[in-house]
Amino acid sequence: MELRVAGNSAYAYTGGRAFDAELPAVVFIHGGEQDHSVWALQSRYLAHHGYAVLAVDLPGHGKSGGAPLASIEDMAGWIVALLDAAEAGTAALIGHSMGSLVALECAARHPQRVRSVALLGAAFPMRVSPDLLEATMHRESDAHAMINAWSHSTYAHYPSNPGPGFWVIGGNLRLMQRQKPGVLHADFAACDGYKTGIERAARVKCPALFLLGARDAMTPARAGRDLARAVPNSTVVTLDSAGHNLMGEKPDEVLDALVEFLRA
Amino acid sequence: MAAPRSLQFDTLSLHAGQRPDPVTGARATPIYFTTSFVFRDADHAAALFNMERGGHVYSRISNPTNAVLEERVAALEGGVGAIATASGQAALHLAVATIAGAGSHIVASRALYGGSHNLLSYTLPRFGIETTFVAPRDLAAWKKAIRPNTKLLFGETLGNPGLDVLDISAVAAIAHEARLPLLVDATFTTPYLLKPFDHGADLVYHSATKFLGGHGVAIGGVLVDGGTFDWEASGKFPELSEPYAGFHGMDFQEESTVAAFLLRARREGLRDFGACMSPASAFQILQGIETLPLRMERHVENTRKLIAFLGRQAAVESIAYPELPSHPDHALAKRLLPRGCGAVFSFNLKGDRAAGRRFIEALRIFSHLANVGDAKSLVIHPASTTHFRMSDAALAEAGIGPGTIRLSIGLEDPEDLIEDLARALSAAKA
Repeated sequence: MELRVAGNSAYAYTGGRAFDAELPAVVFIHGGEQDHSVWALQSRYLAHHGYAVLAVDLPGHGKSGGAPLASIEDMAGWIVALLDAAEAGTAALIGHSMGSLVALECAARHPQRVRSVALLGAAFPMRVSPDLLEATMHRESDAHAMINAWSHSTYAHYPSNPGPGFWVIGGNLRLMQRQKPGVLHADFAACDGYKTGIERAARVKCPALFLLGARDAMTPARAGRDLARAVPNSTVVTLDSAGHNLMGEKPDEVLDALVEFLRA
Repeated sequence: MAAPRSLQFDTLSLHAGQRPDPVTGARATPIYFTTSFVFRDADHAAALFNMERGGHVYSRISNPTNAVLEERVAALEGGVGAIATASGQAALHLAVATIAGAGSHIVASRALYGGSHNLLSYTLPRFGIETTFVAPRDLAAWKKAIRPNTKLLFGETLGNPGLDVLDISAVAAIAHEARLPLLVDATFTTPYLLKPFDHGADLVYHSATKFLGGHGVAIGGVLVDGGTFDWEASGKFPELSEPYAGFHGMDFQEESTVAAFLLRARREGLRDFGACMSPASAFQILQGIETLPLRMERHVENTRKLIAFLGRQAAVESIAYPELPSHPDHALAKRLLPRGCGAVFSFNLKGDRAAGRRFIEALRIFSHLANVGDAKSLVIHPASTTHFRMSDAALAEAGIGPGTIRLSIGLEDPEDLIEDLARALSAAKA
């Protein structure tokens, strides 16, 4: 689905069904250097089970136009503008990694628009090591290799995402390589520069699910639990033996947790 | 902060795509000998059919044993996934059928395995797909042969029969300039010797029957998607970037940014053409892949020793192996294939067809058969077997002489193989 948001084209995958603003809306927000396709299975399932789905490509990512946004706050503002463009009154926000911070910020600042938030691979602070941040600026391929190695907990995935025979680690690498030059650094700098996570967390009044990977080396589960404690109405689900790429490594478990949370 | 270490090739050969069975603890990959898989409930069934969950439905489409093989080969090649097929030929057909149809055109290297040549030259035209063959070294010819309806450029890493080395990066650049993908048959090299994706290829396939399996017991193929080609940006592949009525209106590129090709190949190609691999074959090929790095190293080492021996024999007129300075692709081979140029090569015996026949019949260790890439050494004399109906003139046009012998060097003691060749060379003179 193509929309116009803040003067640029904005792409959102609608899960294989036309977006129907009469249905409860769910917005999926991907992490740094990625796009909507990380949510392929979960977004398609929800679209076929009573939800209106918008799995977005953030500005500058995937098929969306414009430049990548410089801050988590700007991305949160863009999500609200996207809801306006889609004529969706409220939505559940599901974010991964950088996208989880966007969902958190959005829920804190726009409680009237956000019914609930599910935060996957979330942590605060989401600091990026100086070495990695430098690599995102000058050595993208090195940064991709580091991120890919830190994002996975195993070399065998049952089931694979998007299905059997797909090599999750190779797919994640190629997806990062597909993003435009400069996107990686903008995203990681935005995560590193987000300073108000705990303050915003305290203002989130809607139900919040924290879905964490027990073997996440990018955003350790411990840091996710610290953030969850700051959200008044939060639930934590930790997936055993999952790394940072939760949707890739544990697609069924992620979907089951989301379905249960959204139905509650 | 120290950069994390990724698993290396030898380790991936053993571990990629597989871990101990979570239910039984089995360390080896179990053979899932089942046609079909039980659904948890009706919603689970619908979700599997509609690609809302990943999982197995029916072994023609996917099977857990095959999935280990697919993911392992994808990991070794550096791709995003793979599909195991009934044979190497089935892999080539699946690649073509996924993106081409009646009215499509292919540009292919002239130096192809005979089976591939048959498919492109005689069979696919019956279905409206035409191929223009070009000399693989003639880059201008590749470019010139591209038409508005061309869908694919195709070559072998080491061409048949002269081991022409495909200049993958140069041909890929020509393909990409025309917004087309490059498909490469990497059977002779395996990812141990050459990873075509690193040089710009978009799709790779193997006859896994050969070096991947290595034992000569299982027929199979593997088609790998590099995940680099942007089918939508190309604008030439509505099969992948527009809704497909045959699968719930799915737009495969929208569904998967990097694996649209494989999604359609599996969801349409395996579903409808049905050339799937048996899980027993997948298991056997996996056993071979576990030792691929060790075997390829020995294959190449033995090959070099035998070529050195043959090079000293007066009865040998010429040897076609890219590591030799006399080969026209010697410089390219040094760049693309530093670990070796494989273990299949041809040499020309002085004399006529009868000399070739005497050579073959005197061998005791080399097996006379129509295959390559076995752990055991193999031999064939095209002029008296596969090409026996052709005149000497027609043979010459195909790059084959009356005394051309093709060898596939196995893992035996090289001195035993040398003794066998010496005996046969002596018999050929008689």
